[in-house]
This record gives sequence, structure tokens and C-alpha cells, in this order.
Amino acid sequence: MKRMVEFTVNGETREMAVDTCRSLLDALRDDVGLTGTKKGCDVGDCGACTVLIDGEPVNACLVLAVEAEGRSIETVEGLQPGVDTLHPLQDAFMRHGASQCGFCTPGILMMAKKLLDDNPRPTDEDIRFGLSGNICRCTGYTKIFDAIRSAAREMEAARS
Amino acid sequence: MRRFDYHRAETLEHASRLLAELGDDTFLFNGGTDLLVEIRERLRRVRNVVDIKQIPGLSDITYDETRGLTFGALVTVGRLERLPLVCQRYPNLRAAFASLGSIQVRNRATVVGNICRASPSADTIPPLVADGAFVHIYSRTNMRVVPIAEFFTGPGRTVLAKGEIVTGITVPPAGDTAGKAYIKHGRRKAMELSTVGVAVSLSMEEGVCCDIRIALGAVGATVLRAPQAEAMLRGTRLDASAVRSAADKAMEECTPISNVRASADYRRDMVGVLTGRAIKQALETFA
Repeated sequence: MKRMVEFTVNGETREMAVDTCRSLLDALRDDVGLTGTKKGCDVGDCGACTVLIDGEPVNACLVLAVEAEGRSIETVEGLQPGVDTLHPLQDAFMRHGASQCGFCTPGILMMAKKLLDDNPRPTDEDIRFGLSGNICRCTGYTKIFDAIRSAAREMEAARS
Repeated sequence: MRRFDYHRAETLEHASRLLAELGDDTFLFNGGTDLLVEIRERLRRVRNVVDIKQIPGLSDITYDETRGLTFGALVTVGRLERLPLVCQRYPNLRAAFASLGSIQVRNRATVVGNICRASPSADTIPPLVADGAFVHIYSRTNMRVVPIAEFFTGPGRTVLAKGEIVTGITVPPAGDTAGKAYIKHGRRKAMELSTVGVAVSLSMEEGVCCDIRIALGAVGATVLRAPQAEAMLRGTRLDASAVRSAADKAMEECTPISNVRASADYRRDMVGVLTGRAIKQALETFA
């Protein structure tokens, strides 16, 4: 069974017929062609597929594509403010070596973006709590936390 | 993913009719954080899902001093967790909500979904039982309100008949004499199912405990009350020796099993430890 859905991805309106069994994650990757969002566990444990729906982080694997009707979705592809410009988080992740295999990075970036949007000066505890639904098996998290702290400082400096 | 048909209900009547007409393998689809996992891991055979998220009137949160806190079936755990009223007046609920899954899961999962799933280890159930919450149930012929302690009939089983839908939950008002706590015990702080969860809601008048309810999670087929332990504490000043004896009684009253997360003996020991700790924490409200 297919249904028509219309939603916005990274500011761009999309209209498509999607299989009603399809997860938003599969629809984003296979129908929209945005493969930045990763499929890790596919059952809501790992956080690799984190996207923002109407500004709130969710696991795209636990949302059906048909539920996206009328919603605004942000994925890692929408994080860059412009061509050849990186979001301060992306820049800090590169400088701090916060990404090794990179599979968890898109989900962590989206979660970190939400964290810093809501709380521009997070404590270490806020950062750990904010990322408790995102698993990274390479880094041991230290460099990820370093990068988020660093991006927070830079974003704060840019605002003042 | 195993295939299923998706139906979008416009009204409660529509959803109830679909549940009754589409047959046994039809399930309500609310937050979906359990249902979609169960479909994907083939733990539940699902032919039809009935999405209730477009039904108007199920997203409200209200509070008044006589009725208490009422929230609809579509209200997510995350929304309640962030509500200042919950943080200030219901620290027990707040602790349970903040310990469920991850932030991403809580932005989708609903409290009503968590109770309807009726897991003995569900985090939201012990504090709701200790607070004496009520469950609002819709059916096409009869609406009813059930005390939450009577809602569960076994692991994964509730009093809901075919076509009945939980529309919301009411938690009695949190008065100035009320102290509340929920302590979850697990192997890690986040993304964890509870090994044991203990909720305590009590009220004190002039240093004497006039009412107390203790609810124990993950140590029985459903979340349990500890009525004998509660009786031992009513009318006392909740001094250390009274609390110790009551915690020992709660250990006798629970009926844990051994499973992948812990042995029955360990769970029973933790009921003793956490009951004392939860009473102490609930009393800190007055400190």
C-alpha cells in the first residue's frame, strides 16, 4: 500500500508516494537520496539515524514515512549553512578528530546541534546526558565531547 | 520490515471500529517505539496498525488543584519530562520519565503507550501506581475510568477489551504535604530497562506519616503494591527502625523472577535497599 506524503527536508518541499510500511529512515535514504542519515541498529538503540522533526530529535528508524506528512525534517545534509561552509560543529569534529569510522557522526551532529540550540553553554554533564542515546564504538567519546565544548565556545564567541 | 497495512483513524469511534473489524493482528500505533521494534524483530505478528495520532483532543495537558494532572494519550514522555509542573510537583514522575530510553525515544514514546504495553519493568508505572492515578478508557458503548492498580492483569496484559482505547491518565493533585520519589536500579544510567524500580508517595502531617503507597516494579508479573509494608508505616514518624522493618516486609511481599538482567535474590535484596532509599528521598521534599 502506498500513500502520498508531502514534507519538507532541509527546507525543500518533497512530495512522493511512499510505501506505508517504510520507515522515515529508509525513505530518506532510498527515496529522497539523502544517505547522510545512517542505519545502525534499525530499532532505536544506537542513535545513528537521529534527525530533527519540527526541531525535535527522533530516531528516523522508529518513524513511518507516512507520518512525516506536513512536517519539517532536518538531516545532517542540512547542517551546512552554505556551499563550502561548515557548521561550527562539523568544523570542530574535524579539528578534534571526533569522527573515526564516521558512522555515528551524522546522528551525533544532529543531537549536538539540538543540544547547543537549546543550551548554548552546556556543562559536561549536559553533553553526556544529551548524547546518551547515541552510541559511538570508536572514539570513547572523549574527542566528541571536546569537539562539542569547542564548538559551543566558538558559537558563543560568534554571537557576541 | 515485515509488511502490514497502515490505517489512519480520524476519530476515537473510527479507531475503535477499525480495531474491532480488522481482526486479531491489529494494533494501535501511537509513539511506535515498541510496536515498530516488535514488528522488525518479529516479536509480534502485526497485520494492521491503526495510527491514532491525527485524532483531535488527545494531546492536552491540564492541571487543577482538585482534579490533578491529566494528560492525553498522544502526550509524549519527553513533553511531560520537560514540563515545569512535573519537575516541581511530581519529582517521582519526572525521575521515571527522564530514565526511559533515550531523548530520541522519549520524543516519540507516550506514557499511555508505556502503560498499555504493560511491561512489569515499565518505568512510568510504579510512580503512577504510588500516586493512585486513573486511566480513562473509551469504547463505543461505554466510557470508563479504572484505577491504574487495577489496569494490569499480567505481563503485557491489561483489562482493555477489544475496541477499547486509553484516552488519557489523571494523576491526583500533589499537595503541600506530599513527598514523592521513584528510584530506578539498572546496570547503567541511560538506555536501560530497570532491574528493579521503587516508587514511594507519602504524605506527612506534623511529622507523622498519614498515608504512604509503595509500588515495586520489575519484581512481579505486574507492578506491585507493598500493602503490609505500607500499613507498618502509617501513623509512624518514619524513623530509621520503622523504615528498616517496612523495607524488610516489602522484600517478603514482592515476587521476583530470575532473568537476563538479574537473579530473583538480587532483585529482592534491591527492593529492601531501594524502598528505604525512596522513602528517605520522598521525605527530602520537606527538608
